[in-house]
Amino acid sequence: MTALAESPELALVDLLDRLLAGGVVLTGDITISLADVDLVHVSLRALISSVHTLVREAGDA
Amino acid sequence: MLTYLYAIGRVPLEPPDRPGVDAEPPRVIVEDGFAAVVGSVAPARFDEAALAHDLEDLRRVEELARAHHRLVAALPGDGPVAPVRLATIYRDDDGVRRLLRERATELGALLDRLGTCREWGVKMWSPPRPAADAQPVPADAERPGTSYLMRRRAARDADAHRRAQGTELAEHVHRTLSRLAVAARRLAPQDAVLSGRTEEMLLNATYLVRREDEAAFTAAVAGAGASGAEIVRTGPWPPFSFATVDDP
Repeated sequence: MTALAESPELALVDLLDRLLAGGVVLTGDITISLADVDLVHVSLRALISSVHTLVREAGDA
Repeated sequence: MLTYLYAIGRVPLEPPDRPGVDAEPPRVIVEDGFAAVVGSVAPARFDEAALAHDLEDLRRVEELARAHHRLVAALPGDGPVAPVRLATIYRDDDGVRRLLRERATELGALLDRLGTCREWGVKMWSPPRPAADAQPVPADAERPGTSYLMRRRAARDADAHRRAQGTELAEHVHRTLSRLAVAARRLAPQDAVLSGRTEEMLLNATYLVRREDEAAFTAAVAGAGASGAEIVRTGPWPPFSFATVDDP
């Protein structure tokens, strides 16, 4: 893991809980709003709870 | 170049002195009283094809997430700031200006709701199991099969009891902390592979807390830790988990 010097205590798992499932969802021009679930979960869905949540919310579980 | 959007606040808002996801210096786009914190990023790394490729790679996801978070967390906390979802990208600044105009009502309501609240995470794990030699049922030398079954049943009952106690404790802690928060959310339990924890995760929750309530919140978390379960607080986070607007 690449720990940041300024916040070595920030666990990746806590970060991903918020960064992958949080933040205002706005429609950008580069559309990965749906794709971020499709793409990320292909290899990461087994690891990331927030992705589990997204997938469940999409009724796809 | 593409315009990567990090966060939305109100004017005046200074861009933080931190590099963004493409090592670019962040800047602020002003429109209609809103201030959007953005960076110019290279299409070679941030168009759809590049992102589709990169988001398959946990290392790259981690880099992006850390850079995005670091920049948003460095924004001044004296006014409301709504973090934007990772990898929200526009072809140019006009796309962001259009967004700020078209979604002004929802964005304004969101900033009002967030205020200067910060997000705090609280995680709880069950205490370690008692040692196996603490079994209440003694082995019966004359009826080894029966005593084995009894021991198995006692162990199973003890497990179920412990689990029920853990669930109840987590509910209690969550209720207590929710009362000190503007909003609260329970997240899915974290995967053991990512967290490195094998104990059962009783609570993975996150709370939006007013500045003036932070001391009481912290004290309540410490109080919950006296119960025997391991409890860990994370934060403060920018209010990622509470920055939601309805889809148009």
